[in-house]
Amino acid sequence: MATFQLEFVSPEKLLLSRPVEMAVLPAAEGEMGVLPGHAPMIVALRGGVISVTEDGQVTERLYVAGGFAEVTPTRVTILADEATPVAELSKTDAIERITAAEAALLEAQDLSPEKREAAMNRLLAARAMLDAAQAA
Amino acid sequence: MASLKDLRMRINSVKSTRKITQAMKMVAAAKLRRAQSRAEAARPYAERMERMLGSLGAAVAGQPDAPKLLVGTGGDAVHLLVVVSGDRGLAGAFNTNVGRFARARIRELESHGKTVKVLAVGRKAAVYLRREFGSRFVGDISFAGKKVVGFEDAAEVAAKITEMLEADEFDVCTLIYNRFKNVITQTPSEQQLIPGALPEQEAADATAPQALYEYEPAEDEILAALLPQNLAVQIYRAILETSAGFYGSQMTAMDNATRNAGDMINRLTINYNRTRQANITKELIEIISGAEAV
Repeated sequence: MATFQLEFVSPEKLLLSRPVEMAVLPAAEGEMGVLPGHAPMIVALRGGVISVTEDGQVTERLYVAGGFAEVTPTRVTILADEATPVAELSKTDAIERITAAEAALLEAQDLSPEKREAAMNRLLAARAMLDAAQAA
Repeated sequence: MASLKDLRMRINSVKSTRKITQAMKMVAAAKLRRAQSRAEAARPYAERMERMLGSLGAAVAGQPDAPKLLVGTGGDAVHLLVVVSGDRGLAGAFNTNVGRFARARIRELESHGKTVKVLAVGRKAAVYLRREFGSRFVGDISFAGKKVVGFEDAAEVAAKITEMLEADEFDVCTLIYNRFKNVITQTPSEQQLIPGALPEQEAADATAPQALYEYEPAEDEILAALLPQNLAVQIYRAILETSAGFYGSQMTAMDNATRNAGDMINRLTINYNRTRQANITKELIEIISGAEAV
Protein backbone atom coordinates (compact mmCIF):
# COMPACT_ATOMS: atom_id res chain seq x y z
CA MET A 1 0.00 0.00 0.00
CA ALA A 2 1.11 3.53 -0.71
CA THR A 3 2.86 5.34 2.09
CA PHE A 4 3.87 8.87 3.00
CA GLN A 5 6.64 10.21 5.19
CA LEU A 6 5.52 11.00 8.72
CA GLU A 7 7.71 13.29 10.78
CA PHE A 8 6.83 13.75 14.39
CA VAL A 9 8.84 16.35 16.29
CA SER A 10 8.62 17.83 19.77
CA PRO A 11 10.65 20.89 20.75
CA GLU A 12 13.14 18.64 22.47
CA LYS A 13 13.67 15.99 19.82
CA LEU A 14 12.66 14.19 16.65
CA LEU A 15 10.35 11.41 17.80
CA LEU A 16 9.44 9.64 14.62
CA SER A 17 10.41 9.83 10.98
CA ARG A 18 9.34 6.98 8.77
CA PRO A 19 6.95 6.06 5.96
CA VAL A 20 3.43 5.15 7.15
CA GLU A 21 0.12 4.34 5.49
CA MET A 22 -2.27 6.47 7.47
CA ALA A 23 -2.26 8.90 10.37
CA VAL A 24 -5.29 10.12 12.30
CA LEU A 25 -4.77 13.60 13.73
CA PRO A 26 -6.86 15.38 16.38
CA ALA A 27 -7.27 18.59 14.38
CA ALA A 28 -8.77 21.64 16.04
CA GLU A 29 -12.01 21.22 14.15
CA GLY A 30 -12.37 17.46 14.37
CA GLU A 31 -10.47 14.24 13.85
CA MET A 32 -8.80 14.02 10.50
CA GLY A 33 -7.45 10.95 8.74
CA VAL A 34 -4.55 11.54 6.38
CA LEU A 35 -3.73 9.17 3.56
CA PRO A 36 -0.99 9.54 0.95
CA GLY A 37 -1.77 12.23 -1.62
CA HIS A 38 -3.69 14.45 0.77
CA ALA A 39 -4.20 18.06 -0.31
CA PRO A 40 -1.64 20.44 1.25
CA MET A 41 -2.92 21.78 4.56
CA ILE A 42 -1.72 23.44 7.72
CA VAL A 43 -3.84 22.55 10.73
CA ALA A 44 -3.78 23.33 14.41
CA LEU A 45 -4.07 20.34 16.73
CA ARG A 46 -5.99 20.11 19.96
CA GLY A 47 -5.12 17.72 22.78
CA GLY A 48 -5.79 14.16 21.67
CA VAL A 49 -4.35 10.95 20.36
CA ILE A 50 -2.52 10.54 17.08
CA SER A 51 -2.68 7.03 15.71
CA VAL A 52 -0.40 5.76 13.02
CA THR A 53 -1.25 2.86 10.70
CA GLU A 54 1.35 0.67 9.05
CA ASP A 55 0.67 -2.58 7.19
CA GLY A 56 -3.03 -2.24 7.92
CA GLN A 57 -2.54 -2.10 11.68
CA VAL A 58 -2.36 0.68 14.21
CA THR A 59 1.28 0.59 15.32
CA GLU A 60 1.67 3.78 17.32
CA ARG A 61 -0.68 5.75 19.50
CA LEU A 62 0.73 9.00 20.84
CA TYR A 63 -0.95 11.59 23.02
CA VAL A 64 -0.26 15.22 22.12
CA ALA A 65 -1.23 18.21 24.24
CA GLY A 66 -1.53 20.43 21.19
CA GLY A 67 0.51 21.61 18.26
CA PHE A 68 0.44 21.97 14.52
CA ALA A 69 0.62 19.72 11.51
CA GLU A 70 1.73 20.43 7.99
CA VAL A 71 0.26 18.08 5.42
CA THR A 72 1.55 17.72 1.88
CA PRO A 73 0.80 14.91 -0.61
CA THR A 74 4.03 13.10 0.25
CA ARG A 75 4.80 14.22 3.77
CA VAL A 76 3.17 15.03 7.09
CA THR A 77 5.05 17.03 9.70
CA ILE A 78 3.62 17.17 13.19
CA LEU A 79 4.94 19.80 15.57
CA ALA A 80 3.72 18.64 18.96
CA ASP A 81 3.92 20.76 22.11
CA GLU A 82 4.33 17.65 24.17
CA ALA A 83 4.02 14.02 23.18
CA THR A 84 3.76 10.78 25.15
CA PRO A 85 3.03 7.26 23.95
CA VAL A 86 -0.48 6.36 25.14
CA ALA A 87 0.79 3.30 27.01
CA GLU A 88 2.92 5.54 29.23
CA LEU A 89 0.13 7.90 30.25
CA SER A 90 -0.85 7.79 33.88
CA LYS A 91 -4.39 8.34 35.07
CA THR A 92 -3.40 10.17 38.25
CA ASP A 93 -1.28 12.58 36.26
CA ALA A 94 -4.21 13.26 33.94
CA ILE A 95 -6.59 13.84 36.86
CA GLU A 96 -4.11 16.25 38.44
CA ARG A 97 -3.93 18.16 35.21
CA ILE A 98 -7.70 18.35 34.95
CA THR A 99 -7.93 19.75 38.46
CA ALA A 100 -5.23 22.33 37.70
CA ALA A 101 -6.87 23.27 34.41
CA GLU A 102 -10.30 23.63 36.05
CA ALA A 103 -8.83 25.95 38.66
CA ALA A 104 -7.10 27.97 35.94
CA LEU A 105 -10.36 28.21 34.03
CA LEU A 106 -12.19 29.54 37.07
CA GLU A 107 -9.50 32.16 37.53
CA ALA A 108 -9.63 33.08 33.86
CA GLN A 109 -13.40 33.69 34.07
CA ASP A 110 -12.96 37.45 34.48
CA LEU A 111 -10.05 37.83 32.09
CA SER A 112 -10.07 38.44 28.36
CA PRO A 113 -11.95 35.99 26.11
CA GLU A 114 -8.66 34.80 24.57
CA LYS A 115 -7.32 33.78 27.96
CA ARG A 116 -10.57 32.05 28.81
CA GLU A 117 -10.36 30.15 25.59
CA ALA A 118 -6.73 29.16 26.20
CA ALA A 119 -7.67 27.85 29.65
CA MET A 120 -10.63 25.98 28.17
CA ASN A 121 -8.36 24.38 25.57
CA ARG A 122 -5.99 23.25 28.27
CA LEU A 123 -8.87 21.67 30.17
CA LEU A 124 -10.07 19.88 27.04
CA ALA A 125 -6.54 18.64 26.37
CA ALA A 126 -6.29 17.32 29.93
CA ARG A 127 -9.64 15.53 29.58
CA ALA A 128 -8.50 13.98 26.32
CA MET A 129 -5.42 12.78 28.17
CA LEU A 130 -7.57 11.08 30.81
CA ASP A 131 -9.74 9.46 28.13
CA ALA A 132 -6.65 8.15 26.38
CA ALA A 133 -5.18 6.88 29.65
CA GLN A 134 -8.40 5.06 30.50
CA ALA A 135 -8.72 3.51 27.07
CA ALA A 136 -5.14 2.26 27.14
CA MET B 1 63.84 33.72 50.59
CA ALA B 2 61.06 31.28 51.36
CA SER B 3 62.02 28.37 53.53
CA LEU B 4 61.98 24.79 52.26
CA LYS B 5 58.88 24.01 54.23
CA ASP B 6 56.96 26.95 52.78
CA LEU B 7 57.91 25.91 49.27
CA ARG B 8 56.84 22.35 49.88
CA MET B 9 53.50 23.53 51.13
CA ARG B 10 52.94 25.76 48.11
CA ILE B 11 53.82 22.96 45.72
CA ASN B 12 51.32 20.68 47.40
CA SER B 13 48.60 23.29 47.33
CA VAL B 14 49.10 24.01 43.63
CA LYS B 15 49.07 20.27 42.96
CA SER B 16 45.69 19.86 44.57
CA THR B 17 44.39 22.88 42.65
CA ARG B 18 45.54 21.17 39.49
CA LYS B 19 43.64 18.05 40.41
CA ILE B 20 40.47 20.05 40.87
CA THR B 21 40.77 21.94 37.60
CA GLN B 22 41.55 18.71 35.79
CA ALA B 23 38.43 17.07 37.18
CA MET B 24 36.33 20.11 36.32
CA LYS B 25 37.63 20.03 32.80
CA MET B 26 36.56 16.44 32.36
CA VAL B 27 33.15 17.05 33.87
CA ALA B 28 32.69 20.04 31.54
CA ALA B 29 33.70 17.91 28.55
CA ALA B 30 31.10 15.27 29.40
CA LYS B 31 28.41 17.87 29.97
CA LEU B 32 29.36 19.65 26.78
CA ARG B 33 28.73 16.51 24.79
CA ARG B 34 25.30 16.15 26.33
CA ALA B 35 24.44 19.81 25.81
CA GLN B 36 25.53 19.61 22.21
CA SER B 37 23.42 16.58 21.48
CA ARG B 38 20.41 18.27 23.06
CA ALA B 39 20.98 21.33 20.91
CA GLU B 40 21.10 19.09 17.87
CA ALA B 41 17.96 17.22 18.89
CA ALA B 42 16.07 20.50 19.10
CA ARG B 43 17.05 21.55 15.62
CA PRO B 44 14.45 19.61 13.56
CA TYR B 45 11.57 21.26 15.39
CA ALA B 46 12.98 24.73 14.87
CA GLU B 47 13.58 24.06 11.19
CA ARG B 48 10.07 22.80 10.55
CA MET B 49 8.58 25.60 12.57
CA GLU B 50 10.45 28.04 10.40
CA ARG B 51 9.19 26.40 7.23
CA MET B 52 5.60 26.53 8.41
CA LEU B 53 5.97 30.11 9.55
CA GLY B 54 7.44 31.03 6.19
CA SER B 55 4.40 29.85 4.27
CA LEU B 56 1.96 31.29 6.81
CA GLY B 57 3.70 34.62 7.07
CA ALA B 58 3.54 35.02 3.32
CA ALA B 59 -0.21 34.45 3.49
CA VAL B 60 -0.82 36.96 6.27
CA ALA B 61 1.90 39.56 5.64
CA GLY B 62 0.64 42.95 4.61
CA GLN B 63 -2.71 42.58 6.33
CA PRO B 64 -3.50 45.61 8.46
CA ASP B 65 -4.45 43.57 11.51
CA ALA B 66 -1.39 41.32 11.49
CA PRO B 67 -0.58 40.08 15.00
CA LYS B 68 1.67 42.21 17.19
CA LEU B 69 4.14 39.39 17.74
CA LEU B 70 4.92 39.50 14.05
CA VAL B 71 4.90 43.21 13.26
CA GLY B 72 5.51 44.77 16.68
CA THR B 73 3.68 47.82 17.97
CA GLY B 74 5.00 50.03 15.22
CA GLY B 75 6.93 52.15 17.69
CA ASP B 76 10.64 52.16 18.46
CA ALA B 77 10.85 53.95 21.80
CA VAL B 78 11.08 51.16 24.35
CA HIS B 79 13.52 48.30 23.90
CA LEU B 80 13.40 45.07 25.84
CA LEU B 81 16.72 43.24 25.97
CA VAL B 82 16.61 39.59 26.93
CA VAL B 83 20.13 38.73 28.08
CA VAL B 84 20.93 35.02 28.30
CA SER B 85 23.99 33.90 30.25
CA GLY B 86 25.23 30.90 32.17
CA ASP B 87 24.20 30.27 35.76
CA ARG B 88 27.65 29.55 37.08
CA GLY B 89 31.10 31.00 36.81
CA LEU B 90 34.56 29.51 36.30
CA ALA B 91 34.13 29.56 32.57
CA GLY B 92 36.64 32.14 31.47
CA ALA B 93 35.20 35.25 29.91
CA PHE B 94 32.01 33.53 28.81
CA ASN B 95 29.55 35.40 31.03
CA THR B 96 31.55 38.61 31.02
CA ASN B 97 31.52 38.73 27.24
CA VAL B 98 27.77 38.57 26.96
CA GLY B 99 27.40 41.01 29.85
CA ARG B 100 29.77 43.49 28.27
CA PHE B 101 27.98 43.16 24.94
CA ALA B 102 24.66 43.86 26.66
CA ARG B 103 26.09 46.85 28.49
CA ALA B 104 27.42 48.38 25.29
CA ARG B 105 24.04 47.84 23.66
CA ILE B 106 22.15 49.43 26.56
CA ARG B 107 24.46 52.46 26.52
CA GLU B 108 24.09 52.82 22.78
CA LEU B 109 20.30 52.63 22.90
CA GLU B 110 20.10 55.10 25.76
CA SER B 111 22.39 57.56 24.02
CA HIS B 112 19.83 57.53 21.20
CA GLY B 113 17.16 58.47 23.71
CA LYS B 114 15.43 55.08 23.87
CA THR B 115 14.10 53.54 27.04
CA VAL B 116 15.69 50.22 27.83
CA LYS B 117 14.29 47.34 29.85
CA VAL B 118 16.30 44.29 30.77
CA LEU B 119 15.15 40.74 31.31
CA ALA B 120 18.04 38.61 32.55
CA VAL B 121 17.91 34.88 31.89
CA GLY B 122 20.64 33.10 33.83
CA ARG B 123 22.10 34.11 37.16
CA LYS B 124 25.35 35.61 35.93
CA ALA B 125 23.67 38.09 33.58
CA ALA B 126 21.60 39.37 36.49
CA VAL B 127 24.64 39.67 38.75
CA TYR B 128 26.68 41.44 36.09
CA LEU B 129 24.07 43.95 34.98
CA ARG B 130 22.11 44.59 38.14
CA ARG B 131 24.62 46.91 39.79
CA GLU B 132 24.77 49.28 36.88
CA PHE B 133 21.33 48.88 35.33
CA GLY B 134 19.25 47.63 38.26
CA SER B 135 16.59 50.24 37.65
CA ARG B 136 15.97 48.91 34.12
CA PHE B 137 15.34 45.35 35.28
CA VAL B 138 11.90 43.95 34.62
CA GLY B 139 12.80 40.53 35.90
CA ASP B 140 15.41 37.87 36.11
CA ILE B 141 15.05 34.17 35.61
CA SER B 142 17.56 31.61 36.69
CA PHE B 143 17.78 27.89 36.09
CA ALA B 144 20.53 27.42 38.65
CA GLY B 145 18.64 24.80 40.65
CA LYS B 146 17.70 22.75 37.61
CA LYS B 147 19.68 19.92 36.14
CA VAL B 148 18.21 20.15 32.68
CA VAL B 149 16.56 23.22 31.20
CA GLY B 150 13.51 21.99 29.37
CA PHE B 151 11.33 23.54 26.74
CA GLU B 152 8.71 24.47 29.36
CA ASP B 153 11.22 26.83 30.97
CA ALA B 154 11.78 28.58 27.68
CA ALA B 155 8.02 28.69 27.13
CA GLU B 156 7.64 30.45 30.47
CA VAL B 157 10.10 33.14 29.44
CA ALA B 158 8.24 33.50 26.15
CA ALA B 159 4.91 33.78 27.96
CA LYS B 160 6.31 36.58 30.10
CA ILE B 161 7.50 38.45 27.02
CA THR B 162 4.17 37.97 25.27
CA GLU B 163 2.35 39.26 28.33
CA MET B 164 4.51 42.38 28.40
CA LEU B 165 3.87 42.94 24.71
CA GLU B 166 0.12 42.64 25.24
CA ALA B 167 0.41 45.27 27.96
CA ASP B 168 2.35 47.54 25.55
CA GLU B 169 5.35 47.60 27.82
CA PHE B 170 7.88 47.59 25.01
CA ASP B 171 8.14 48.08 21.25
CA VAL B 172 11.19 46.12 20.21
CA CYS B 173 12.48 42.92 21.79
CA THR B 174 16.03 41.75 21.24
CA LEU B 175 17.69 38.58 22.44
CA ILE B 176 21.35 38.77 23.46
CA TYR B 177 23.21 35.51 23.92
CA ASN B 178 26.46 33.72 23.19
CA ARG B 179 26.23 32.14 19.77
CA PHE B 180 27.86 28.72 19.79
CA LYS B 181 30.27 28.67 16.87
CA ASN B 182 32.34 25.75 18.06
CA VAL B 183 33.78 24.45 21.30
CA ILE B 184 36.48 27.13 21.38
CA THR B 185 34.57 30.11 20.02
CA GLN B 186 31.38 31.63 21.33
CA THR B 187 30.51 35.09 20.12
CA PRO B 188 28.03 37.32 21.89
CA SER B 189 25.40 38.31 19.38
CA GLU B 190 21.92 39.72 19.21
CA GLN B 191 18.80 38.60 17.48
CA GLN B 192 15.65 40.61 17.09
CA LEU B 193 12.58 38.73 18.28
CA ILE B 194 9.84 41.32 17.97
CA PRO B 195 8.99 42.57 15.41
CA GLY B 196 9.95 39.18 14.07
CA ALA B 197 11.90 38.85 10.89
CA LEU B 198 10.11 36.29 8.77
CA PRO B 199 12.32 33.54 7.46
CA GLU B 200 13.33 34.44 3.94
CA GLN B 201 11.08 32.85 1.39
CA GLU B 202 13.15 30.93 -1.08
CA ALA B 203 13.03 31.78 -4.74
CA ALA B 204 9.40 32.22 -5.70
CA ASP B 205 9.41 29.45 -8.30
CA ALA B 206 10.59 26.87 -5.76
CA THR B 207 7.82 27.53 -3.26
CA ALA B 208 5.02 28.65 -5.52
CA PRO B 209 3.51 25.20 -6.13
CA GLN B 210 3.72 24.43 -2.40
CA ALA B 211 2.28 27.69 -1.24
CA LEU B 212 -1.32 26.61 -1.89
CA TYR B 213 -2.02 25.36 1.59
CA GLU B 214 -5.45 25.06 3.04
CA TYR B 215 -5.68 26.27 6.60
CA GLU B 216 -7.78 24.93 9.39
CA PRO B 217 -8.70 27.05 11.31
CA ALA B 218 -8.05 30.27 9.34
CA GLU B 219 -4.53 31.59 8.69
CA ASP B 220 -4.60 34.31 11.28
CA GLU B 221 -5.82 31.97 14.00
CA ILE B 222 -3.07 29.46 13.32
CA LEU B 223 -0.55 32.24 13.15
CA ALA B 224 -1.75 33.59 16.50
CA ALA B 225 -1.00 30.20 18.03
CA LEU B 226 2.18 29.58 16.09
CA LEU B 227 3.93 32.87 16.88
CA PRO B 228 4.19 32.48 20.68
CA GLN B 229 5.42 28.96 20.08
CA ASN B 230 8.03 30.29 17.70
CA LEU B 231 9.15 32.82 20.29
CA ALA B 232 9.59 30.01 22.80
CA VAL B 233 11.56 28.00 20.26
CA GLN B 234 13.94 30.90 19.61
CA ILE B 235 14.51 31.39 23.33
CA TYR B 236 14.92 27.67 23.85
CA ARG B 237 17.57 27.63 21.16
CA ALA B 238 19.41 30.52 22.78
CA ILE B 239 19.32 28.75 26.14
CA LEU B 240 20.62 25.52 24.63
CA GLU B 241 23.39 27.31 22.76
CA THR B 242 24.31 29.13 25.93
CA SER B 243 24.53 25.93 27.90
CA ALA B 244 26.64 24.23 25.23
CA GLY B 245 28.83 27.32 24.94
CA PHE B 246 29.14 27.57 28.68
CA TYR B 247 30.54 24.07 29.01
CA GLY B 248 32.80 24.61 26.01
CA SER B 249 34.14 27.76 27.58
CA GLN B 250 34.51 26.13 30.96
CA MET B 251 36.42 23.27 29.41
CA THR B 252 38.86 25.67 27.74
CA ALA B 253 39.25 27.73 30.89
CA MET B 254 39.91 24.67 33.03
CA ASP B 255 42.36 23.31 30.48
CA ASN B 256 44.29 26.58 30.70
CA ALA B 257 44.15 26.52 34.48
CA THR B 258 45.48 22.97 34.54
CA ARG B 259 48.35 23.94 32.27
CA ASN B 260 49.16 27.04 34.29
CA ALA B 261 49.19 25.01 37.48
CA GLY B 262 51.64 22.58 35.84
CA ASP B 263 53.94 25.46 34.86
CA MET B 264 53.77 26.85 38.35
CA ILE B 265 54.62 23.49 39.87
CA ASN B 266 57.66 23.26 37.61
CA ARG B 267 58.86 26.71 38.61
CA LEU B 268 58.31 26.05 42.28
CA THR B 269 60.08 22.69 42.09
CA ILE B 270 63.16 24.29 40.49
CA ASN B 271 63.08 26.96 43.18
CA TYR B 272 62.75 24.30 45.85
CA ASN B 273 65.69 22.26 44.55
CA ARG B 274 67.89 25.34 44.25
CA THR B 275 67.13 26.37 47.80
CA ARG B 276 67.82 22.86 49.04
CA GLN B 277 71.14 22.81 47.16
CA ALA B 278 72.08 26.23 48.57
CA ASN B 279 71.35 25.02 52.07
CA ILE B 280 73.58 21.97 51.64
CA THR B 281 76.39 24.07 50.20
CA LYS B 282 76.09 26.51 53.08
CA GLU B 283 76.29 23.73 55.65
CA LEU B 284 79.31 22.18 53.89
CA ILE B 285 81.13 25.51 53.90
CA GLU B 286 80.40 25.89 57.58
CA ILE B 287 81.77 22.41 58.37
CA ILE B 288 84.87 22.85 56.21
CA SER B 289 85.73 26.27 57.58
CA GLY B 290 85.18 24.93 61.10
CA ALA B 291 87.57 22.03 60.43
CA GLU B 292 90.18 24.39 58.97
CA ALA B 293 90.06 26.60 62.04
CA VAL B 294 90.97 23.70 64.33
